[in-house]
Amino acid sequence: MGHKKKMPDFSTFFTTSTFRKSFVAAGFLAFFAVSAFANKDHSASNTAHEGNVSDVEVTSHVADSSHEKAHAGEAHESSTHGEAHAPEKFAPGKMIMEHIADAHDWHLWGEGHESVSISLPVILYTESKGITLFSSARFEHGHAAYEGFELNEEGKVVWADANNTEAIYDISLTKNVVAMLIAVFTILIIAIGMANSYKKNKGKAPKGFHNLVEPLILFIRDDVAKPSIGHKTDKFMPLLLTIFSFIFVNNVFGLIPIFPGGANVTGNIAVTMVLALVIFLTVNLNGNKYYWKHIFLPDVPVWMYVIIIPIEILGVVLKPFVLMLRLFANITAGHIIILGFFSLIFIFGSMNQGLGYAVSPLSVAFTVFMGLLEMLVAFLQAFVFTLLSAIYIGMAVEEHHH
Amino acid sequence: MQLVTPAIGLVFWMLVTFTLLLVILKKFAWKPILESIRDREQTIEDSLSLAEKTKADMIRLQGENESLLAEARKERDALLKEAREMRDKIVGDAKAVADEEAKKLMTRAQDEIEKQKAAAIDELKREVSVLSVQIAEKLMQQQLENNQAQQAIIEKQLSQLN
Repeated sequence: MGHKKKMPDFSTFFTTSTFRKSFVAAGFLAFFAVSAFANKDHSASNTAHEGNVSDVEVTSHVADSSHEKAHAGEAHESSTHGEAHAPEKFAPGKMIMEHIADAHDWHLWGEGHESVSISLPVILYTESKGITLFSSARFEHGHAAYEGFELNEEGKVVWADANNTEAIYDISLTKNVVAMLIAVFTILIIAIGMANSYKKNKGKAPKGFHNLVEPLILFIRDDVAKPSIGHKTDKFMPLLLTIFSFIFVNNVFGLIPIFPGGANVTGNIAVTMVLALVIFLTVNLNGNKYYWKHIFLPDVPVWMYVIIIPIEILGVVLKPFVLMLRLFANITAGHIIILGFFSLIFIFGSMNQGLGYAVSPLSVAFTVFMGLLEMLVAFLQAFVFTLLSAIYIGMAVEEHHH
Repeated sequence: MQLVTPAIGLVFWMLVTFTLLLVILKKFAWKPILESIRDREQTIEDSLSLAEKTKADMIRLQGENESLLAEARKERDALLKEAREMRDKIVGDAKAVADEEAKKLMTRAQDEIEKQKAAAIDELKREVSVLSVQIAEKLMQQQLENNQAQQAIIEKQLSQLN
């Protein structure tokens, strides 16, 4: 035809709503404002607690276990090493755990004194104090107590008074919560933008950004949901699409090493637990009589019920439990491996600086390879979670029984 | 152990966020998107079946046209044949009439000629008889004295007459 081939058209995505655009811009500005505040706080606190910081770093070669000792032997260590400028020993286990665990602040770059991070709000509920809200900068990286609370070695909020046993419900906006919210807003912007441009282009061929997202939607519908669920597919499509996009976007964001990414959201057991819980509820609330008959009156001789029924009931719980573990383990393992490869540089570097430089190209090459593999895993795990969810739902709503 | 212990705060925020995400996306994104995809698929399917139907119609119409054309051709041939026959017949008829007329004219002419001839012969006979009488008178007036000669002359005259 006479028409020129067009460049991929993102125009609808960015121009449909100036409101949305300004909203995103405001969001990022807010984050950087917080970050600027956080920096000030840190520089102040870091100078104040110089000695302390280096002490902890020095003694914690064996990731988790040595923290207690570190506190106990503070005086000893500082006296043996003398000045705070003593070379810090690199502790890969601790570094990796810090990176994949949740935190009350979002570490951006730098180590120890020069570290720059965004302090996130701490929200606590206790029966005696009600709701308490303050910036995590008040903890000064676990070196200060605030309003009777302090951070323990794992980064958890505990009572400063060790004898206080009252339960603390920590509903802070932690690193993972914020990362999740960023991912969720990204999904909302993309999906709602898509929906609007669909309304605009009604009945026309998809173009531009659609061609990127629509195949995914069609893939979920035609290759994941339809073969497993059958004629009831339409009812569960929104749930499956939401789960897929949530996991996929969070997985991908987790692979981005700098600010809006890098959190280990889908590799956190709490997140995967809620996802699995959603599937568990969906499956069991939509289960029809065949589904329940299969569990409580299976087609086996009656004497076998003693064995079969407990197994079936266990299966009902195990299915979502395995969903939870699979996603958590895959994503966390990916992060650990990538961080492990990077740690190699510093482990060798601490033996001999030249050795560190020598190892780094190899380490980078392995990390790039793992990064590519993780890209595949990011999609694959989202796909597997969605596929298995669809299969479980399909088993629960299946009409004919064999 | 910390890694596999779900934090209450994250569970709480995840529940809230995911529920909201699901509700909002369902209402404002997935429903319209899935609906318009379905609409488009329906449109494409309809268009395809329409095209298929149109194609079948075209083939049927083409066949009809062909048969119509053949029929028309046959009719034309028949008409031409009829016209030719008609022409031949008219020409033939005209010829026959003309022949008859000509024949009639000829017979009439012949009759007339016969009649005229007869009349002429009659006239001639009368004339001849008158002449012969006159000749006879003259001869008689000249040669009455000679009987024999008279006789010879009369006979000669008569034989010549016959």
